[in-house]
Amino acid sequence: MTLQSTLLQIKNLKVHFPIQRGVFRRQVGSIKAVDGVSFDIFKGETLGLVGESGCGKSTTGLAILRLQALSGGQVFYEGQDISSLTEQQMRKMRRHMMMIFQDPYSSLNPRMTIGSIIGEPLNVFKIGTTKERAERVEELLHLVGLNPAFINRYPHEFSGGQRQRIGIARALATNPSFIVADEPISALDVSIQAQVVNLLDDLKNKLGLTYLFIAHDLSMVRYISNRVAVMYLGKIMELGDRNTVFDQSLHPYTRALLSAVPIANPKKERNRQRIILKGDVPSPANPPAGCRFHPRCAFATDICSQTEPALRNLGSDSGSQHWVACHHAERLG
Amino acid sequence: MAHLLEVRDLRVRFRSDRTIIHAVNGITYNLDEGGSLAIVGESGSGKSVGMLAIMGLIPNPPGWVESGEAIFNGKDLLKMSEADLRKIRGKEIAMVFQDPMTSLNPVLPVGLQLTEAIQSHLGMTREQAVERAIEMLRLVGLPNPAQRIKDFPFQFSGGQRQRIMIAMALSCNPSLLIADEPTTALDVTIQAQIVELVRELQQKLGMAIIWISHNLGLVAGVVENVIVMYSGFIVEQAPVDDLYERPLHPYTLGLLHAVPKLDQQNQERLASIEGMPPDLRKPIVGCPFAPRCPYRQEKCEQEIPPLFETGENRRSACWRWQELTRINTFGEPL
Repeated sequence: MTLQSTLLQIKNLKVHFPIQRGVFRRQVGSIKAVDGVSFDIFKGETLGLVGESGCGKSTTGLAILRLQALSGGQVFYEGQDISSLTEQQMRKMRRHMMMIFQDPYSSLNPRMTIGSIIGEPLNVFKIGTTKERAERVEELLHLVGLNPAFINRYPHEFSGGQRQRIGIARALATNPSFIVADEPISALDVSIQAQVVNLLDDLKNKLGLTYLFIAHDLSMVRYISNRVAVMYLGKIMELGDRNTVFDQSLHPYTRALLSAVPIANPKKERNRQRIILKGDVPSPANPPAGCRFHPRCAFATDICSQTEPALRNLGSDSGSQHWVACHHAERLG
Repeated sequence: MAHLLEVRDLRVRFRSDRTIIHAVNGITYNLDEGGSLAIVGESGSGKSVGMLAIMGLIPNPPGWVESGEAIFNGKDLLKMSEADLRKIRGKEIAMVFQDPMTSLNPVLPVGLQLTEAIQSHLGMTREQAVERAIEMLRLVGLPNPAQRIKDFPFQFSGGQRQRIMIAMALSCNPSLLIADEPTTALDVTIQAQIVELVRELQQKLGMAIIWISHNLGLVAGVVENVIVMYSGFIVEQAPVDDLYERPLHPYTLGLLHAVPKLDQQNQERLASIEGMPPDLRKPIVGCPFAPRCPYRQEKCEQEIPPLFETGENRRSACWRWQELTRINTFGEPL
C-alpha cells in the first residue's frame, strides 16, 4: 500500500444539543449526538460513514464542515485547525469543502433557475467574470450529464435523479477537494441510484476528489468506499478497510448490522444466520454507561457495563489499520 | 388448492388537471390460501395502487377502477357495496402500511385503537376485546402489554409502533395480510426484527400474505412468488428462486445488476438502467420499458408485449424472453 497523506483529521469531535425545560429554558441535560469521534480522511479516498438513524453520522458530517457548531474537539484540514477559525475565515475555506444533500427536492430553491443555482457558489466566492461563470456553469452541467440547454429551466421540471445531478454540479462549482455526501441516493429509486453512484465515482477519479459518504445502505457503502466507519450512539465502533469491516468485522454491532441487511439471493437468504438485536437504540440523552452497545450485545460481560472500551487499532502488521471499540474484539476474531 | 384471491385485468386511472394517469394497466394474478407473494416495483409502478383498488380504498375522485375483477373467496370485491366491503376489510383482509407514525391515531391510546376493530368485527364485549388486544400485543413481542395498552402512540418507538400495527392487523384472524412496505421507514436492525416477526406469525397462523416492496433483497427471503411491476404493468412473475437466478425480463435483470452485493469484494461497475420511467400521463405505445432497454427492437417500440407463459408458474412480458434465457448480465449484447 502506498503511503497516504491525510486531508482531514478529526480529533475528539463532540456535538451536544442542550435539552431545555421550563419558563426560563433551564438546561436540564444534553443530547450527545456526537460524543468524542476521532478519525482521519486520506486524500483521494471515499470514507463511508454508516449507522442507524440517530447515531450521529449526519451531525458528524455537518460538524466537519462547521455547518454545525462544535461542542468540543478539533478538525484539521491539510494540517490547519479549522475548528478555531472565525466565521469569516471559515467562509474562505468553504470553497474547498462542499456538501451534497439527501433530499433533491428541498435542497434546491424552486424559484431559481438551475443555471443560477449552480452558479451561486461562484457568485458567493466571486470567482471569475460574468462570462467565465456562465461558461463554468455550462461545463458543470455537461460534467454531471445534463444538457447545457436546460440552463434556464426550474427545478420542478426535473426528476429526482436529475435534481441530484444539479446538486452535485453546485457542489463542484468552486473546484472543492473535499465533499460530504449525506445520503445522496437514499431518496432515489433503485434504477436511478446506480446512475448517481456511478457519476460520483467517475467524478472522484476525474477530479481527484475526497468523499465522506454518509449512508445507511450498507451494500452501497461497501461498493463505493475505500474505508468504512461504523457509528452507534455518537461513537465510532469500528473503522477499517471496506473488505476488512465487511468480511472480518470484529465488533458485535457491525456484525449484527451486516446480518440484518437482506441479500438479493433467496438461497443465501434462507441459509443465513441472522443476529436479531433485541430492543431499540437507547436515547442519546442518556446513553448506557460503559460500552454504549452493551444492553443489546450478546457478548457483553461485567466490564462492558462499567468501562467504556477505547477505539484500538487491531490491524495486522502490514500497516493496514483496523480500529475497534470492543473489550472482547480479540476473542471475536 | 383453491385460489384465495384472483385478480383479473385490473385497471386503475386517476384524473390530474386535464390529463388521465394510467396507474394500473391490466394486471392479472392469483394467490393461494396460505401462500406468499411479493409485488416489487419502483415508485409509480402501481404496486400500492393496485392493492388499494382491491380493498376499495381508492378515493373517487380523483381515482377510479376502470375495469377488472378481484375474486376473494368466490366474491368479487370490486362489485361489493361499501357496507359489505367494510365487513371484509380489517377482518378477512388486513393491511399494514408503510408509515407507523401516521397510521395510528395520535390522540387515542393504542389499546382503544386495537379493541375498536376487535369489538366491531368479532362481536366481543369490552373486557374480552381488551384481553384479546393484550394477547395480540404479547404475540408480536411488545414488553408489558397489559400496562402499555394505555399508552399513546408517541410513547412507542418506530419499531414498536409497527408491531402494534401488526397486532391490530392480525387481531381478527385475517386470511390475507397485505404488508405495504412495512419496514421502509425503519432502520435495518429493526427491519430484521419485523421481517422475522411477520415470517414467524405467517407460519404460526397460516394466513396468506402479499408483501409490497421496492427492495428485491428484502423479499428474497420471505415469499414463494414474486411479481415485478413497471409503470402499471406486470413485467415478470416467477417463483422466488427462479426470478433471482434467471430473470426473464430486461427490467428485472437490470434491477438485479443495479444493486451492489453486500457479500462481494471488489465489485465491477454497477450496470445502471439509463433514462427514467415513462410518463404515465401519455398513452403507452409498445413495451413500457423499451426506451430504457438495451435489447429493444423495432417491434418493442410498436406493440405492447403480452405476458407470455415462459414456464411452470412463470410469466414474462418481453418479446425476446426466449433469447434472454441465454444471458445473465444486463447490457450484454444478445
